[in-house]
Amino acid sequence: MCDVAGNRNRVFEIFGIPSTALFGQLLIGLINGSFYALLSLGLAVIFGMLNIINFSHGAQYMLGAFVAYLLLQYSGLGYWPALIVAPLIVGITGVIVERLFLQWLYKLDHLYGLLLTFGLALIIEGVARNQFGSAGLPYTLPDSLRGGQNLGFMFLPNYRAWVIVASLTICIGTWFVIERTRLGANLRAATENPTLVRAFGINVPRMITLTYGFGVALAAFAGVMAAPIYNVSPQMGSELIIVVFAVVVIGGMGSILGAIVTGFGLGVIEGLTKVFFPEASNTVIFVIMAIVLLVRPAGLFGRRA
Amino acid sequence: MEQRVADTLAKKPSVLRGHAETIAFMVMVAALIAAPFFTYPLFLMQAMCFALFACAFNLLIGYVGLLSFGHALYFGWASYLSAYSAKAWGFPPELAILTGTATAAICGLLAGSLAIRRQGIYFAMITLALAQMMYFFALQAKFTGGEDGIQAVPRGFLFGLIDLRNEATMYVVVLVIFLAGFLFIYRIIHSPFGEVLKAIRENEQRAISLGYKTDRYKLVAFVLSATLAGAAGATKAIVLQLASLTDVNWPMSGEVVLMTLVGGLGTIFGPVVGSFVILLMQYKLAAVGEWVLVIQGVIFVACVLLFRRGVIGELANKLRIRL
Repeated sequence: MCDVAGNRNRVFEIFGIPSTALFGQLLIGLINGSFYALLSLGLAVIFGMLNIINFSHGAQYMLGAFVAYLLLQYSGLGYWPALIVAPLIVGITGVIVERLFLQWLYKLDHLYGLLLTFGLALIIEGVARNQFGSAGLPYTLPDSLRGGQNLGFMFLPNYRAWVIVASLTICIGTWFVIERTRLGANLRAATENPTLVRAFGINVPRMITLTYGFGVALAAFAGVMAAPIYNVSPQMGSELIIVVFAVVVIGGMGSILGAIVTGFGLGVIEGLTKVFFPEASNTVIFVIMAIVLLVRPAGLFGRRA
Repeated sequence: MEQRVADTLAKKPSVLRGHAETIAFMVMVAALIAAPFFTYPLFLMQAMCFALFACAFNLLIGYVGLLSFGHALYFGWASYLSAYSAKAWGFPPELAILTGTATAAICGLLAGSLAIRRQGIYFAMITLALAQMMYFFALQAKFTGGEDGIQAVPRGFLFGLIDLRNEATMYVVVLVIFLAGFLFIYRIIHSPFGEVLKAIRENEQRAISLGYKTDRYKLVAFVLSATLAGAAGATKAIVLQLASLTDVNWPMSGEVVLMTLVGGLGTIFGPVVGSFVILLMQYKLAAVGEWVLVIQGVIFVACVLLFRRGVIGELANKLRIRL
């Protein structure tokens, strides 16, 4: 074998696995991890304020991808504007959903929130299937993010690098806003004791509405980023959301940073499983969940014992 | 004087009210005996399997307050094992159904002991995630037949004697299984054990402080519910002669929640009515394809917002009886 040119990847082996395959799967793991992190972050933020597990989170992620697709098809708005516009549109639908439906459930058992948002997920997915069929639709990559970098040991497509950087930025930004700013302090206070915070003259119901809108917008943002990688399809959200639930159970919803770390970590572990033990790659996260439940029932970052 | 009048007024309908459940049960049995003369027995048998499934699910949500979002696991895996043992091992139907039911009981024990480690909303997410894991196992395992499922399962001869290919005979067997399961659940709910379950539903902390080991009660209830769901799935595999991925996938878990919610959470007859209503809807709307999904979603939203007691719950509330 002559590898004179040097611009080809130098392939070496780790535990009998070619390095390109290993790093390739690691990269896919990080990408999946970014989606897990973004979605579980949104779930945690919504749960903190509304005490509702947003089952329609996966459907709203799918909605984000579809809005981006429709913007490109019918109004010629490309990827970059869609990255702002689609989460905004989906976020507004979230605000409407909260005002129309969710606000009546806060005094009831948590289970009703789960059931109602499950119903919403069925409606959104059903409508999407009727309009677009079950087959996936392709979303073309923006020109500015085509191509990739040769890192010597692997080929790194620019778009995938962008997804990881962007989601990390959004995750850390969200963490910063909630844990380190005045707005976040109000939010955390309202989670602990809404009545007291209202007494200080803060409009808590409006805050709850906007929190839901923001959480939903995060899901849509993830959806837009996912559109060029996976096909845009009606069922892209429903399977993802179940994995994200497992991620949330593993991490516990008490900590924002915990959700981010768990999301990325599990993505990487899933990627590695694909290399070493491909049969288990679909189930590894659920198995980890079972182990965590046995060893640390409250979850890795759970507050309650 | 006034007191006496009030007493007689209260007593007068109490004869009927005290026996409301018995009367409703008689009506249900009579309807199920008469129904095959008016509509397709196959549809009715399927509906009875789903009714038992929903009743088993309701035992958890309605009487212990635990929402399992993964009951397809027990229904589906029981269905697979029942179909496989009947087809590949040549088990007679009663043994095949027992095999499926036992599988569900074991799955219920394993999944239940994990899920009860967390409360409330986490419980629902854990049961859903575990069911999804077992769905992937079913997808990858050889014996399940993947996308095809296990088809052309022989109905066989009950106890080696009675030919179940006869629709009428099969109907009687399914009716007996359904009624046995239904009465068993009724017995559980009205036993001292059932009273403890209801205490846990109302206030778990208080039940603990009274000295009840609530985790054990919850686990036993979970295993019972999984086992009965398994009995429903195993019977369904013999009736329809088919076990497939639809039975283990998450929409099935959602469907049983919907059936119970429509009929009325925590009512004895609600899940039965709910499963007949939802199944009838699916048959009538089969032509509109994916819109069924949308309609189911709308029913979910409507039930949660406007109609939390469900059909039977509202009826019982109007008539001030227990159903």
